[in-house]
Amino acid sequence: MNQEIRDKYEVVIGLEVHAQLQTESKIFAADATAFGAAPNTHISPITLGHPGTLPKLNKKAVEYAIRLGLAVGSEISKYQHFDRKNYFYPDLPKGYQITQDKTPICIGGGVKVKLSTGEKTVRFHHIHLEEDAGKSLHQEGSSDSLLDYNRAGTPLVEMVTEPEIKSAEEAAQFVTEVRKLVRYLQICDGNMEEGSLRCDVNVSVMLVGSKVFGTKVEIKNMNSIRFIQKAIEYEIVRQIEAIESDEKIIQETRNFDPATGRTSGMREKESMNDYRYFAEPDLPPLHISEEWIQSVKSQMPALPWELFEKFIQHYKLPEYDAGVLTDTREIAEYFESTVSFTNNYKAASNWVMGSVKSFLNENSLEISDFGISPARLAQLIQLVDDGKVSNSVASQQIFPEMLLDLTKTPLQIAESKNLIQQSNTDTLQTLIDEVLANNEAKVKEYKNGKKGLLAMFMGEVMKKSKGSADPKVTSVLLQKSLEN
Amino acid sequence: MSQNYTTLSQIQSDIQTGQTSCVELVDFYLENISLQNSKLNAFVEVFANEAKQKAIEIDQKIKVGTSGKLAGMVLGIKDLLCYRDHVSQAGSNILKGFQSQFNATVVQRVLDEDAIIIGRQNCDEFGMGSSNENSSYGPAYNAIGENRVPGGSSGGSAVAVQANMCFASLGTDTGGSVRQPAAFCGLVGLKPTYSRVSRWGLIAYASSFDCIGPITKTVQDAALLLEVIAGKDENDSTVSTIEVQDYSSFVSEKKTYKIGYLKEAIESGLQPEVKEATLKKLADLQAQGHTVEAVDFPMIKYFLPTYYILTTAEASSNLSRFDGVKYGHRNNEAKELIEMYKTSRSEGFGKETRKRIMLGTFVLSASYYDAYYTKAQKVRRLVKEYTDFLLEKYDFIVCPTTPTTAYKLGEKTTDPLQMYLGDLFTVQANVVGLPAISIPNGTDSEGLPIGFQIMAGAFQEAELLAFAKEIV
Repeated sequence: MNQEIRDKYEVVIGLEVHAQLQTESKIFAADATAFGAAPNTHISPITLGHPGTLPKLNKKAVEYAIRLGLAVGSEISKYQHFDRKNYFYPDLPKGYQITQDKTPICIGGGVKVKLSTGEKTVRFHHIHLEEDAGKSLHQEGSSDSLLDYNRAGTPLVEMVTEPEIKSAEEAAQFVTEVRKLVRYLQICDGNMEEGSLRCDVNVSVMLVGSKVFGTKVEIKNMNSIRFIQKAIEYEIVRQIEAIESDEKIIQETRNFDPATGRTSGMREKESMNDYRYFAEPDLPPLHISEEWIQSVKSQMPALPWELFEKFIQHYKLPEYDAGVLTDTREIAEYFESTVSFTNNYKAASNWVMGSVKSFLNENSLEISDFGISPARLAQLIQLVDDGKVSNSVASQQIFPEMLLDLTKTPLQIAESKNLIQQSNTDTLQTLIDEVLANNEAKVKEYKNGKKGLLAMFMGEVMKKSKGSADPKVTSVLLQKSLEN
Repeated sequence: MSQNYTTLSQIQSDIQTGQTSCVELVDFYLENISLQNSKLNAFVEVFANEAKQKAIEIDQKIKVGTSGKLAGMVLGIKDLLCYRDHVSQAGSNILKGFQSQFNATVVQRVLDEDAIIIGRQNCDEFGMGSSNENSSYGPAYNAIGENRVPGGSSGGSAVAVQANMCFASLGTDTGGSVRQPAAFCGLVGLKPTYSRVSRWGLIAYASSFDCIGPITKTVQDAALLLEVIAGKDENDSTVSTIEVQDYSSFVSEKKTYKIGYLKEAIESGLQPEVKEATLKKLADLQAQGHTVEAVDFPMIKYFLPTYYILTTAEASSNLSRFDGVKYGHRNNEAKELIEMYKTSRSEGFGKETRKRIMLGTFVLSASYYDAYYTKAQKVRRLVKEYTDFLLEKYDFIVCPTTPTTAYKLGEKTTDPLQMYLGDLFTVQANVVGLPAISIPNGTDSEGLPIGFQIMAGAFQEAELLAFAKEIV
């Protein structure tokens, strides 16, 4: 699209992010919430909405929502009730969804996002609690729909932003931050592919400076950050082109097709639903006491932006390091645990960002699967700091060995493989003499001015010492011998 | 000898002295069922073998002294209460053959106290009706004969006790469904305070109104049953945690009470004999030393609109789950989803239920929400405030349970407003969530029973039952 035309328009985006809370049981029933179970194996009469059943609120879900609210600076509502959102769909067992329409648990708050243009806070309108629906499955070649109600009743928080996101990049950054946050808070696994974190996007465009929002279009159920970004980019262009050619934007719900990168309209009546909300009479009003809020606050895990600051201020790490190390809570914890055993923060950072992360990436592992304990890693750092082994020996020879045998200390490995650096001049001198005796021709060349051969002699000494020769001491001794 | 007992205490003492037994009692009720049920249609299913088996077990328990409070009581349960591995179909074709996977809390509690459940009783579909004419099983008939309705919606439950087909029944009361049939059949019907009894296993009609209550021959046995079924329950988070009193042994310290009667209720087109009987009862009370005063309740004209707007709104949502997808009736001819919904629900629900679902959907729809639903909520609060105010001045508010005695089948089915007006005095207790009891108060010239209703403050069941026992 012509940049000049594009620049005439301002984009307005609001997001609704649904996060499944990783409670052990459902929000209103005792069934397990585990993902990936055989279809219809976690379906009590409550989940299926059998006649005579009643919901019972899972306090853990409330606690998780409070935790989220506190982390993003929301006001936690003291008095609230649940509402019924009525509509018919086969995956909705009761014919209504229990949600919070009038009194969301969290009001306001926001999340900071880093953009190429600087930092910005995306504010929440509110965050509310609700139950998830089941899943409809459509089999290839069959007109039947299959239903799996395992997911029905899984607790969700829906985070509704103010309509103040201005670009696809901002939306993507926001969702990235939210995903990082819910993982840090340990309330949601953030797995978008499995649908633990999903996003509805509202997009509209208007002429720059306009006071009236354009007609918004909703793109539902986005389950990847890349798709969110692509869908928004596509939608912005589509809407601007439509307006430019005097077409009307229809308020509708659209689907995004990852294969084509395009959005397309769903049946129009989907947006015509009248949900007939009213207060859920089967649940008592929910009262959140100040004590409850305080107790959640007191057990609050560290937040990513707090750690980021701490890593810069306290551990004196570069911003880049702090960013990488706080990308996930688990990595940050591993790092912090490591530096509880060593004061060489930068070395610890290098190890975690380097060897540790590469190993995890190459083997598609999580840090929780990583065998080398922070204490052991710190011992390795100490070995280098003490001058017992070089950095390259540590990373190329000892680290791989530590992975193979978790019982051995780095020192034991270095000793058993004769990797302890030789700084004993007598031993080194013997090695040097041998090397020089074996290379008389080259020694002559060196003495005739071919100084570059020093590196070759160093290499030979290293080879003979199996890498254990302290390079500094060796270099000095070698030069002295050659000058004689 | 006759096994036709009026009180459980008599049954229990006769079992002790060997004059009767649970086995004999069950046989007696089964015999009555086989003689009368084809005519009265009170029971829609009889658990004959189970009841006989259970009777043997409980007789044994009585012998060794380990039996529960309700040993010797043979109960029927309304078809709105869930009973594990038994059909619970709410008098509706949409739940035809549906077996519950769990026991309603009340069912579990009476079983734990060794009551014997002999069968499942006819009722208006989902409790929606005042004459038991809206049942997928066809109407139940008042045992008094002459083609009279038994009242509703717990019609079958009342008739079963009236005709000695069981000793007592558990019914449900959303707008009078326990008290009104009790009145029409000459029995005691108790609606407890909202939330006094767990609703777990009660198939919902209108969740913020529904109450489970006993239908018995005596106030004493209603008190005993309430004592057993009431109280907190893990499965119902709206149930009250207020302590359950020993209603059956409670003795009030008060000798006389302050009683208010609704002036508007007495003056508003009652059947003359009902009015007469009520006035006589009031005079008797005064003569016994109680203070009896007329009270105004100008909002009485809003009782029914408030009740019908709010109950149908809740019902339209509560009944959404019956969609043919997961259980119950489904039209298998339907070619696509919406058609399946429409045909399954149209075939499964009866006319009155469909009417109420549509009305409820209407009052909740965006364009009419404030005009109806919101307004009715406000009126509900006003009625509650004023009722609470009256109950600060008076111990009880009394009135006839119904404006007329039992009418004939078909008499009011063509005029739903007339039918709804019959609930005028009973709906107040549900709108405000207070306890109320209907006790027999004589008969009219045709021998049809008249009921007298007493309403008390929240959780004042002990005083209410003590007073009812005294004046019945």
